[in-house]
Amino acid sequence: MKKLVKGNEAVVIGALVAGCDAYYGYPITPASEIAHAASEYFLPLGKVFVQAECEVGAINMVFGSASSGLRTLTASSGPGISLKMEGISYLAGAELPCVIVDVQRVGPGLGNIGPEQSDYFQVVKGGGHGDYRNIVLAPASVEETYRMTIQAFDLADRWRTPVFILTDATLGQMMEPIDIRQEKIEKIDKPWALDANAASNQNLITSIYLDFDDMEAHIEKLHEKYRKITETEAAAEVYGDSNPQIVLTGYGITSRLLRSTVDELNSRGVRAALIRPKTLWPFPDHIYQETVNLGVPVLSVELSRGQFIEDVRLALPHHDVSWYGRVGGNLPEIETLVARAEQCLEEASND
Amino acid sequence: MTKIYEKSPAFFETFERKPSQQLTTHYCPGCGHGTLNKIIADLVAELGIQDQTIYVGPVGCGVFIYYYFEGACASAAHGRASAVATGISRSNPDGIVVSYQGDGDLAAIGTSNAIHAANRGENMIVFFVNNNVYGMTGGQMAPTTLIDQKTTTSPFGRTEKNDGFPLRMAEMMAGLEAPALVARVGVNNPKNIRQAIKVIRNGLEIQRDKKGYVFIEVMSQCPTNWKKEPAEACEWIDDVVCKQYPLGTFKELPADRQPQKRPRAEVDFAAVAKLLGLTADDETGSQEMTLPQPEMRFKFAGFGGQGVLSLGLMVAQMATQRNMEVTWLPSYGPEMRGGVANSSVVIGEDPIGTPVVDVPDVLVALNRPSLDKLGPLVPKEGLIIYNSSLIDQIPADLKGKVYPLAATTLAAEAGTVKAANVVVLGFVARMTGIFELSELEDFLRETFKQPALQEVNLKAVSAGWDVAGEV
Repeated sequence: MKKLVKGNEAVVIGALVAGCDAYYGYPITPASEIAHAASEYFLPLGKVFVQAECEVGAINMVFGSASSGLRTLTASSGPGISLKMEGISYLAGAELPCVIVDVQRVGPGLGNIGPEQSDYFQVVKGGGHGDYRNIVLAPASVEETYRMTIQAFDLADRWRTPVFILTDATLGQMMEPIDIRQEKIEKIDKPWALDANAASNQNLITSIYLDFDDMEAHIEKLHEKYRKITETEAAAEVYGDSNPQIVLTGYGITSRLLRSTVDELNSRGVRAALIRPKTLWPFPDHIYQETVNLGVPVLSVELSRGQFIEDVRLALPHHDVSWYGRVGGNLPEIETLVARAEQCLEEASND
Repeated sequence: MTKIYEKSPAFFETFERKPSQQLTTHYCPGCGHGTLNKIIADLVAELGIQDQTIYVGPVGCGVFIYYYFEGACASAAHGRASAVATGISRSNPDGIVVSYQGDGDLAAIGTSNAIHAANRGENMIVFFVNNNVYGMTGGQMAPTTLIDQKTTTSPFGRTEKNDGFPLRMAEMMAGLEAPALVARVGVNNPKNIRQAIKVIRNGLEIQRDKKGYVFIEVMSQCPTNWKKEPAEACEWIDDVVCKQYPLGTFKELPADRQPQKRPRAEVDFAAVAKLLGLTADDETGSQEMTLPQPEMRFKFAGFGGQGVLSLGLMVAQMATQRNMEVTWLPSYGPEMRGGVANSSVVIGEDPIGTPVVDVPDVLVALNRPSLDKLGPLVPKEGLIIYNSSLIDQIPADLKGKVYPLAATTLAAEAGTVKAANVVVLGFVARMTGIFELSELEDFLRETFKQPALQEVNLKAVSAGWDVAGEV
């Protein structure tokens, strides 16, 4: 059945459909509706909901629940995610599956509660200490926020690793219909989990390896896993002209603006296409390389001052990739994006 | 031959989780940790709770407790053992959760997590090993270090002026309502050990019976960092340390109280669907709405409190019920300033790009600032509907087709000015042809169940509908 919900509520409904059993969180705008909905739905169903004393407490409660084998969720926004980073490093080190939502707001510091995409580095590049990665999913609609939350729990269990869902103030606050029905969920045994029975007496959840060689082996094992994730899970959507003169790229809410921009360019006779990564780590390099012919200019758009574009440039080292963005809570107007795209095309033809 | 002494069966026979020297512990000679570990293991075995017990280790000298206890173990980040133990306890309502923490871990970096776990009355037993110093990191000053005590970060002795006073955690915890048992014990001499065994047995029985949170502070000697011989360190606890930290039970709830269980339920999709109020329909229905163009972009603006967010929401909900592509976006950032709240709604036949409405096909302006600001954005084929009850002058630079609607006046006539947004709903529906009057009425009947409210809104919507008929 279709239900009109906010992006933030879609996270919680997706979690319920995915069989999530525990939520721990701390209030923060613009992510708080996730905690509201979790308390409203989890408690009557007999699931765990705890409003933690702080973000650090919340992520460490996630550590406890994930250690016990429960599908576990937490959510916050930029400043809260900064606080959670130490815990996320421990989760990655101890190979604990969990889902973390970042509804991005404006930074640095207190910033404001408008939309931005400036948590890219902290979420996609690791953020906490040590040599680890998070899987990062980037929904572009409320429906996709719902779908990706379900997918995130499967990915977390499949790879025994934390999975991020990276949204923003706009996606979190806007409403769109989602189609809620029973979904096929991957059921993965967790013989490693801490249970209150004899079978788990030998189980140990830790990220400490005192012996240097043991530690190195553990890190190598993590990176072998990351290599496999890179091979199998990277995803992107390509939209628009199949033989583009110009390629636009952006993730999340920005990709929605770019979709309208591509439509407008195509209606003006400019062959334009959009590459929209659905996973930010692993980054879908191959889709960029398959889609963008040499010499075709690329306009990379983000709500931050040049974070996402670094990965686009790594994927397309021989291309001319230009940046455009707005920050502070502003979204670019379609007219402006069309003008920037036309300018890129003109500069490319002058080269 | 009768065996009169053996290693507790709750310990590993050999310490297989330890990388080397698997017959001895990592504790320094004379340290109190080993004694406490043994007391816990003996009692876990005695009470027959080994298989249910889950241990959470800290960062500090207790970091390797998992080497010794044969049981499920987790190692927490520094200070976070009580938070990790909370997650484990809530996830394993049948488990017995032991959180083992030192004084840097619990009384400094993790104070907040420790106090809040206690205050929630989590089913867990916390061992707070107080040896006055950070043992593992090299004997630095802890919140529990005594006044004048020399450590590697108080080389001239702790002063209250620079460092504050030694923190009495047990006394603080005893001030909370939830904890079932709060006590301070010692492991420095046989008499204190006998008492400690008694108190810890009680604490573990409380866990077995699910009767709440237990906090046991354990005064423990650290000969290495105190730079004392073990015997001397044990005596120093009695002679000096316990003057600051008296042993005893600070709080104990009556033993005959009810258990406090937090059972967890495994639920299926049917339970979720019921809670969400979903009706079973396996097919996604076809689009049941005729738009004048493939995509319609609306902006509803006015003062906060004029119902512009809910006006947009009503349109969005009706379009959702008709299986259209829909977005609803409340005003954000700078748009909120200057008394203008708004909602943007896009209804489409195909997936919608931007949910932001820069160029509205239909603008509803319920107050003057919204008309002044947003009116000029509407192109010449677009509709501008303004609230003529409140706006007496319209900007000169409007390009769209402008329609006055006395929304506030008509709403007042229907029964309340609050229904101005529903007057607009009737007007917009007829002007754009997106909904029939009967559809609006059905929707309002579903939305407003209370009879008086329903009547007012039905009057308001037909008032708007009728005015549109006269245009």
